[in-house]
Amino acid sequence: MEVYKKIEAKKAPSSSVGAIIWMRKNLFSSPLNTAMTLLAIAFLFWVIPPFIKWAITDANFKGTTKADCTGDGACWVFIKVKLQMFMYGFYPEVERWRVNLTYGLFLVVIVAFKYLKHSMTKIAIATVYFIIAFFLIHGGYFGLAEVDTNKWGGLMLTIVISAVGIIFSFPLGILFAFGRDSKLPIIKSISVTYIEFIRAVPLITILFLSAVILPLFFPEGISFNKLLRAMIGLVLFEAAYVSETIRGGLQAIPSGQHEAADAIGLSYWQKMLLIILPQALKVAIPNLVGVFISLFQNTTLVLIIGLFDLLAMVQLTTSDAHWLGFETEGYVFVTLVFWVFCYLMSKYSKSLENRFNTDLK
Amino acid sequence: MLAFLRDRKVRGYIFQLITITFVVAFLWYIGVNTSHNIEQRGIRTGFDFLNSTAGFGIDDSPISYTSSDTYARVFLIGILNTLIVSFVAIILATILGLIVGVLSLSKNWLIKKLMNSYVEIFINIPVLLQILFWYNVVLRSLPSPRGSLDFFGKIFINNRGVYIPKPALNSTTISIIVSVFAVFIFIYFLNNWANKRKERTGEDFAVLPIGIGLLVVAPILGYFIGGANFDFSYPHLQGFGFVGGKQYYPEFISLTMALTVFTATFIAEAVRSGIEAVSKGQKEAAASIGLSHYQALKLVILPQALRISIPPIINQYLNLLKNSSLATAIGYPEIVTVFAGTTLNQVGQAIEIISMTMLVYLVISLSVSAFLNWINFKMKIKER
Repeated sequence: MEVYKKIEAKKAPSSSVGAIIWMRKNLFSSPLNTAMTLLAIAFLFWVIPPFIKWAITDANFKGTTKADCTGDGACWVFIKVKLQMFMYGFYPEVERWRVNLTYGLFLVVIVAFKYLKHSMTKIAIATVYFIIAFFLIHGGYFGLAEVDTNKWGGLMLTIVISAVGIIFSFPLGILFAFGRDSKLPIIKSISVTYIEFIRAVPLITILFLSAVILPLFFPEGISFNKLLRAMIGLVLFEAAYVSETIRGGLQAIPSGQHEAADAIGLSYWQKMLLIILPQALKVAIPNLVGVFISLFQNTTLVLIIGLFDLLAMVQLTTSDAHWLGFETEGYVFVTLVFWVFCYLMSKYSKSLENRFNTDLK
Repeated sequence: MLAFLRDRKVRGYIFQLITITFVVAFLWYIGVNTSHNIEQRGIRTGFDFLNSTAGFGIDDSPISYTSSDTYARVFLIGILNTLIVSFVAIILATILGLIVGVLSLSKNWLIKKLMNSYVEIFINIPVLLQILFWYNVVLRSLPSPRGSLDFFGKIFINNRGVYIPKPALNSTTISIIVSVFAVFIFIYFLNNWANKRKERTGEDFAVLPIGIGLLVVAPILGYFIGGANFDFSYPHLQGFGFVGGKQYYPEFISLTMALTVFTATFIAEAVRSGIEAVSKGQKEAAASIGLSHYQALKLVILPQALRISIPPIINQYLNLLKNSSLATAIGYPEIVTVFAGTTLNQVGQAIEIISMTMLVYLVISLSVSAFLNWINFKMKIKER
């Protein structure tokens, strides 16, 4: 029996590999491309080095007062001193452990979700978590001092409003999506009117509505605080967008699924909740995360009706007489925080899209 | 006995009856409460306030306005400013979005990365934050009027805005405007004629080069026909500020810039996904029947890509219009600022004022939606 010697594959010719070849192919393939590359490099040189110089090289990190900020760079001392404000607003310092505990419990819940299989336990745990979170942050029971909502602020308020917005607009959105897809004419027209009306007007008008007109809707005894009114407005607004996204998912479900569910004798709610919705959500979830990103961004609007969310903290902290004129640092810091949150959410939605993409397997 | 309750139709009726009862009862409940509360608090009702004097000033108004004008005029100015800022930002965002969207599919690695990072950065920053950043950081850092950035002694940029020369509305400017309009109408009919001829004979007619040529020639002709005299009013420093010329206020500029930069990211994404959605086979088929690169782009790829991109782009226009309401955070006098803001504070008739404001957006949005449906209908693939 002949034994063949294994011959290694020939290496690619040097004219098609290497950094220079790569550059020639991807950066300088034509005169136009070369010009654009040079333009882009010039732009980057114009923007990035000055920014790094301002934000890092020339910046001040040490110290506790305005006097410690010398030179032309950014004064990150300002952020360091005001960090507690940016994170918690006027939430009393001795009670801040409660907010931190809520964050910590959230991580615990996330880890628990990794190991839990049954969706009913998951929902139960999430519900219990949100009840605990409410009691922890709001207080007033079990010996915890009550913290008035007008003391809530900063990133913590932004997160609270977003969380409430997501949790309540989601089921409401599902209901309206069902309503819009329904064959019952009255239900359908109510849903369509609501969704189209809300989607046609800006959020700020809805917030004005809930801030100014909502108190007129109820008898004198009933009053809502400012935060609750803002949350109601945001939830009602986002529910319309959530429902349109879910409707997109519902429409992607072939009618055979409906007919099969009818054929085995499921009721309307059994059919929708057990057969249609799980499949529709799978299609809709990447877009839903997109809606939730815009919800998170939209929470910044509450500053217009006088709540102190993370963005409002910039104006509040820079109006401190000891720290005038640090708007740039404040805005850059807040931008970074918002950007990181939104970027992570959008990456998460991309990964969900890949995970749920069962078609091409 | 209750067997009829198992009938799906009957259950549907009952369910609808319950829902409508709840909705009506709720509306009735808030209606009664509202009228009671209004009476109790002594809030006036009706739209009489529109005829009373506003008494506050508006800097940036497209039509003449003094503080002795009525609230009705304030309302009108609000609508006009909303439309102006949205229109300008839509044009700029479309241009920027198209460029970024096309370039993000470029074969040039650096350009592609640059465009992708532009989208990733600005799509993830709340638009209100961007507006405030432009207003409070970028435009604040400009020099004061005395140290303005000076371009050829005719254009000035400082922290009170941008000043450009303003042509007087005389025979020259009017004849230029008329000539441009005439060219557009002419191109429309020319295009119709060329399409018909092409269907009949198959011959191409170069509408695009002719149209562009006409758009260059006609204003020049109009300039000379109208007397060749612009009669510019130039901005110049007087005391502590500038007079003359056209001033663009910092509020307008920061709102326009922020809306443009933010919305362009979404338009770029729509353009990119539209082009990517055209299947590779279409390009290969176009090449195999001998179409040139330009022909393939014009006749095969773009018509299909546009059909996918245009609906989301128009939706972004609507979002931009709605986002222009955030001007209230920096005080650009559009409808929410001057009407749902200042007017509401002075008059206190929240229900009327907020309903009117919502109605404006409702009318604009619904007409754009109707237009979008019409476009979708026109662009639907006609199958035999």
